[in-house]
Amino acid sequence: MWENIKEFASTFFVTGDPLIYGADVSIALTMVAIVFVLTKYKKWGWLWREWLTTVDHKRIGIMYLIASLLMLFRGGVDALLMRVQLAFPNVEFLHSDHYNAIFTTHGTIMILFMAMPMMFGLFNMVVPLQLGARDVAYPFLNAVSFWLFMLGAMLFNLSFVIGGSPDAGWLSYPPLSQNDFSPGPGQNFWIWGIQISGIGSLATGINFIVTILKMRAPGMKLSNMPLFSWSVLSSSIMIIFAFPILTVTIALLFLDRFAGAHFFTMGGGGNPMMYLNLIWMWGHPEVYIVVVPAFGIFSEVVATFSKKTIFGYKSMVWALMSIAVASFFTWAHHFFTMGTSASVIIFFAISTMVIAIPTGVKIFNWLFTMFRGRISFKQPMLWTIAFIPCFVVGGATGVMLAVAPADYQYHNSYFLIAHFHQVLIGGVVFGYLAGIYYWWPKLFGFKLDEKLGRWGFWFWNIGFYVCFMPQYALGFMGMTRRYYTYGWDRGWADLNLISTVGAFLMGIGFIFQVWQIAYSIKHGERDTTGDPWNARTLEWSIPSPAPFYNFAVVPTVKGADDWWLTKQAKENGTYKEEPAHLEPIHMPKNSGIPFIMSLFFFLIGFGFTFHWVWMAVIGFIGVALCMWARSFQYDTDYYVPVEEVRSTEASLGRVY
Amino acid sequence: MSGGKMLRQFHFWVLAALATVLLSGCGSDYLVLNPKGPVAETQYNLIVISVILCAVIIVPVLAITAFIVYRYRDTPKNKAPYKPDWAHSTTLEVIWWGIPVIIIAILGYFTVRDTYVLKESPNQEVKPITIQVTALDWKWMFTYPEQNVATVNYLEIPAGVPVRFQVSAEAPMNSFWVPELGGQIYAMSGMATELYLQADEPGEFQGFSANFSGEGFAHMQFKVVAKPQNEFDQWVQQVKGTAPAMTKQDYEELKKPGLTENKMYSAFPEGLFEEIVQKYSHGHDMHHVMDPVAPAAQTGEKKEETSHETHQMSDMSNMPGMDHSGMKH
Amino acid sequence: MATQHDHAHGHDHEHGHEEHEQLKVLGFWIFVVTDCILFGSLFATFAVLMHNFAGGPTGKELFELPGIIASTFILLTSSFTSGLAVLAMNKGKVKEMISWLAVTAVLGLAFVVLEINEFTHLMHEGATMATSAFWSAFFTLVGTHGLHVSVGLFWMVALMIQLKRRGITPVTRRKVTNLSLYWHFLDVVWIFLFTVVYLMGVM
Repeated sequence: MWENIKEFASTFFVTGDPLIYGADVSIALTMVAIVFVLTKYKKWGWLWREWLTTVDHKRIGIMYLIASLLMLFRGGVDALLMRVQLAFPNVEFLHSDHYNAIFTTHGTIMILFMAMPMMFGLFNMVVPLQLGARDVAYPFLNAVSFWLFMLGAMLFNLSFVIGGSPDAGWLSYPPLSQNDFSPGPGQNFWIWGIQISGIGSLATGINFIVTILKMRAPGMKLSNMPLFSWSVLSSSIMIIFAFPILTVTIALLFLDRFAGAHFFTMGGGGNPMMYLNLIWMWGHPEVYIVVVPAFGIFSEVVATFSKKTIFGYKSMVWALMSIAVASFFTWAHHFFTMGTSASVIIFFAISTMVIAIPTGVKIFNWLFTMFRGRISFKQPMLWTIAFIPCFVVGGATGVMLAVAPADYQYHNSYFLIAHFHQVLIGGVVFGYLAGIYYWWPKLFGFKLDEKLGRWGFWFWNIGFYVCFMPQYALGFMGMTRRYYTYGWDRGWADLNLISTVGAFLMGIGFIFQVWQIAYSIKHGERDTTGDPWNARTLEWSIPSPAPFYNFAVVPTVKGADDWWLTKQAKENGTYKEEPAHLEPIHMPKNSGIPFIMSLFFFLIGFGFTFHWVWMAVIGFIGVALCMWARSFQYDTDYYVPVEEVRSTEASLGRVY
Repeated sequence: MSGGKMLRQFHFWVLAALATVLLSGCGSDYLVLNPKGPVAETQYNLIVISVILCAVIIVPVLAITAFIVYRYRDTPKNKAPYKPDWAHSTTLEVIWWGIPVIIIAILGYFTVRDTYVLKESPNQEVKPITIQVTALDWKWMFTYPEQNVATVNYLEIPAGVPVRFQVSAEAPMNSFWVPELGGQIYAMSGMATELYLQADEPGEFQGFSANFSGEGFAHMQFKVVAKPQNEFDQWVQQVKGTAPAMTKQDYEELKKPGLTENKMYSAFPEGLFEEIVQKYSHGHDMHHVMDPVAPAAQTGEKKEETSHETHQMSDMSNMPGMDHSGMKH
Repeated sequence: MATQHDHAHGHDHEHGHEEHEQLKVLGFWIFVVTDCILFGSLFATFAVLMHNFAGGPTGKELFELPGIIASTFILLTSSFTSGLAVLAMNKGKVKEMISWLAVTAVLGLAFVVLEINEFTHLMHEGATMATSAFWSAFFTLVGTHGLHVSVGLFWMVALMIQLKRRGITPVTRRKVTNLSLYWHFLDVVWIFLFTVVYLMGVM
C-alpha cells in the first residue's frame, strides 16, 4: 500500500529539481499563510461575499489585474532563467528538457495568462465607466469568464509542481506535441489550461460587444464614443471570430492524444500542417486582439496629457476596424518556409504588409495629437512616448519579416524573437502599463508614486533595448530560437551576455513597480476630485474610487470627450446645471455559481489531464447542474434605494 | 545577381547604421549578411532594400517624435502654439495614408519578384545536383540519389553547381537552414519540400536546424563543405571506397531518438527517401498514395519535376483552401 | 453556455425588463455566430481530411443512407414543431406551447438515439476515431453536432419545467426565443453536414 502511494507520488509530483522543490515549499508556505491570515482576521466571509461571488465589473477588473501581475512575475522569472542559461556558451544551469519547459510556459503564460487578463482587466475597469453604464451587459457571465480564466490559469500553472510542464513550445506544434514525442500530462495541462480560459475569453468578447453596442449612455453615438471603447469593440470582434478556432484546434489535438484520433498525427492520414494553419488562424488575430486595446489606451492618454483633442478620430476608428478585418488574412506568414506555392506566399506577404498601413496611420495621428498641444510627462504619458519609437522600429522589422523571400533567412531566428518582443513589450506591455497608471486612481482612489515609477520606467526601457537589440544581431548570426545552449565557436557569446544583462534590468524595473504599488497604497497621492489628470471622458466625472453603481445619475452625452466639454462649459460659464433626479438603481445580485461552476471546469481539465475519466465526468455533471440551477434562478437582481445612493454619494463628497 | 561592389558596400553601411548594437560590426559571424551564393545574395539584397525602405519611414518619424515631444512640452515659458481643438486635416491624413501605401507597393514589387525567382534554380545553365535531406531525431541524414552515397550531419556539395534539396522528415517538423547559402525550408513528414541553394566558391558553412524538435534540438547542426566539382567527385569515390553501406537496419538505428557523430555510407537502400515521404503521405486518394515519388536518378528530370510538383500541390492546395470554407460557414 | 445568459428578476418595471431581455437575445445571436465558426472550423478540417482513409474503410462502404435520411426528416420536423411552439407562445397558449416543445424534445431525442445507434454500428464495422483521419474528422464533426442537440434537449427540459411553473413572462419568452433560434441553427448545420459528409461521402 505504502509502496503504491510512494510510486504514485513520485510520478504525480514533479521531483528531482531543486528549483521545483523550492517552488513547492514556497507555494505551500504561501497557502498556509493565506489560510492563516483569512482565519485569524475572520475574513473568509468577506472573501466570499465581496470577491468570490462578485459580479461588479470593477472588482472583476481588479482581480484580473492582480492575477495578471502574478503571471507577469512568473513569466518574467521564466525569462530570466532562460537568459541565465544563455548568458554564456555551454552553461550547465538548465537541462534541455527543463529549458524547453521554461520557454514553453514563458510564451504561453505571457500571452494567454498575462496579456489577456491584463487586457480584460482594463476592459472591465474602464469600458462601462467610459460608456456611462452601470455594469457590463451580462455581469453574471462576466464573473463566469473571470473564474474560467482564473481556474484555467491555475490548472496550467499546476503543471510546474504536478505531473510535469508542457515542453513543446508555446503553440505546441504536432507531431512534437503528440503522444509519441511528448508522453505524459504536460501537454494535457497546456491543452486544458488554455481551453478552459479560452471559453472565458470568448464569453468576454460577446459580453463587451453587446455592452458597447447597447449600453452606452443616452446621447453617446458610436461616432463620438471614446477611442478606448472603440479599440475594445475591435478587439472583441476579433475574439469572437478567432477563439472558436482555437477551441476547435486544441480540442482536436486533445482527441489525438486522448482518443487516438488522427487529425495531426504523422501516420493514419493525419496532417500536422493543418494544425499550423488552424492555430495561426487564431494566433495571428490573437496578437492584434492584445495590441489593439493598447492602441486605444494610447489614444486616451495622448489626448489627455497633451490637453488636446485626439487628431484624426475618424481615421483612428477606420484604422482599428481595418486592422480587425485584415488580421484574419495574414496567418500564413508564420510559415512562409513551408514550401507553399508562390501565389499563396505572395498573398500573405502582401496582406501582412498592408496591415502595417493602418498601424502606421495611428502613429502619425498620435504624433499630431501632441503637435500644438501641451505635453505633461506624467507616468502614463511617459510609457506612451516610449512606446512610439519602440513600436515604430518593431513594426518596421515586422514589415521586413513580411518580405517572404527574406523571411526564409529570419524565420525562427533571434531576429524574429527580437521583433515580436519589441511589438509585444513595446506595444502591449507599455500600453497596458500606461493604462494601469492612467486608470489606477479611478479604481483605487490614489495615484501611483511618480518617483518610484520613473525608476521603474527607465529600468524597463533601457533594459528592453539592451536585451533585445542584440537579439536582432544574433538572428543575423544564425542563432535559432529555442537552442538551450551553444558553443564558443559561433561568436554568439558577447551579445547573449549583453542581452541577459538587459533582461535583468527589466526585472529590476518590475521590482520597482511592485515597490511602487506597495509604497503608494500608504503614501500615494489621494485623489479627491475624481479627475486627477484633467481628463476628457465620462469615467472622470464620477468620484474615485467609483461607487459600486458607477453613476448616481446616468449622464446624457452631448459630444465626443463629453467630460471635457462639460468642464469647458463650466469655465466659460455656459454650463447649465440640470436638476439631478435620483432614482432607484437596478443592480445584479452577487452569485456563487460562476466560481463553483469554474471549479467543476477545473475538475474536467484536471481529470482529462491525467486520463481520470471519472473525475472529468464529475466535472461535467457539476457544470450541468450549475447551469441548471442558474436557469431556475429568477431572483437575480435588486434595486438600490435612493437613500442609499444619496448617502453613498455624500460619503464621496457629492451632494444630491 | 551580383550587384556592383560599390553598391554592396553602401548597403553594408546602411545595415551597420541600423543595427547600432552590433558591437563587433558586420564581421564574418554575421552569416546572413555574408552571402556565399546566389540565393543568399538575392535575400541579402532584399534585406537591404527593405531596410532602406523602412528607414525612409522610421528616421523621419523618430526625428518628428523627438521634435514634437521637446517643442510642445508643458512648461510655463513654452512659446510654441497651442491649439487644443485642432484635430483634423485632410491633407495631412491623405499624406500618411498615402506614404505607407507607396512604400508597401515598392516593397511588394520586390517581394513578388524574388518569391518567384527563388522557386527556380539560381543557375539555369548548370544542371543541378539533387540531394535528399531527412530530419530525424536529432540528426540530419543526407542521401545523394545520383551518387548513391549517404551522410549524416555532414553535407558535401560541389561549388558553383546549384543544388536541389528535397527535404522531408521522419520526426517532428524541423527546418533546414544554411544561412550563408540561403534561407531555410521546413522538413515535414509526409511531404518533400524543395529548396535550391548554391555555393559560389569552395568553403565551409554552418548548417542549422531552425524549428524546435525536442530534447536534442540544439545539437542538431551540421557542417556544409563546398568543393570544386572534381574534388567533390573524388570525395564521392573515396566514400564509396572506404565507408560501409547503409542497410535498412542501419536506418532503423539512425531513426531512434538520440545524437550521433558524423557518418558516411557508400550506399543506401534504394528509394529510401521516397519511402520515408510516402510512409506518412496524407495524399488525397489511395491511388495517389500508392504512386511513388519517382527517384530522380532513374527517371528523366522532366518527369520527376512534374510528379513532384503535383505531389506538393495536392498537399498544399488544401491549406489555404481550408480557411475559405472556414470563413464562409 | 446558453443557460448562463439567464439573468432576470421577478419585479415589475416591465419596460426595463423587456429591454434587458432584448439585450440577451442579441448576445445569443452573437453566440450563434461563434458557434458557426466552431462548426466552420470542423467542416474545414473534415474537408481537408475527407480522403485520408489510411487504408481503412471509406464512408461509401459503411454509410447507410436510409437511416440518415430518416434522422434528417426527424430533425427537420423537430425544427418545424419548435416553430409551432413559438407560434403558440405568441398566441399566449402555454399548454399548447409546452406540448409542442415536448414533441420537439421527443423528436430530438429520437435523433440522438439514432445517431448513437449509427456510431455503434460503425464501430462494429471497424470504423472508430482511431481508424484513420477521415473517421476522426467524421466522428468529431457529427459528434459535435449530436452533442449540441443533446445540450439543447437538456435546456428544453429545463424550460418546459419553468414554463409550467411561471407561464409566459418576458423572461421565459426570451428563453424560448433563444432556444428555438439555437434549434433552427442546429438544423441548418445538419443540412450542411448531411450534404457534405453523407451525400458527398457516398457519391
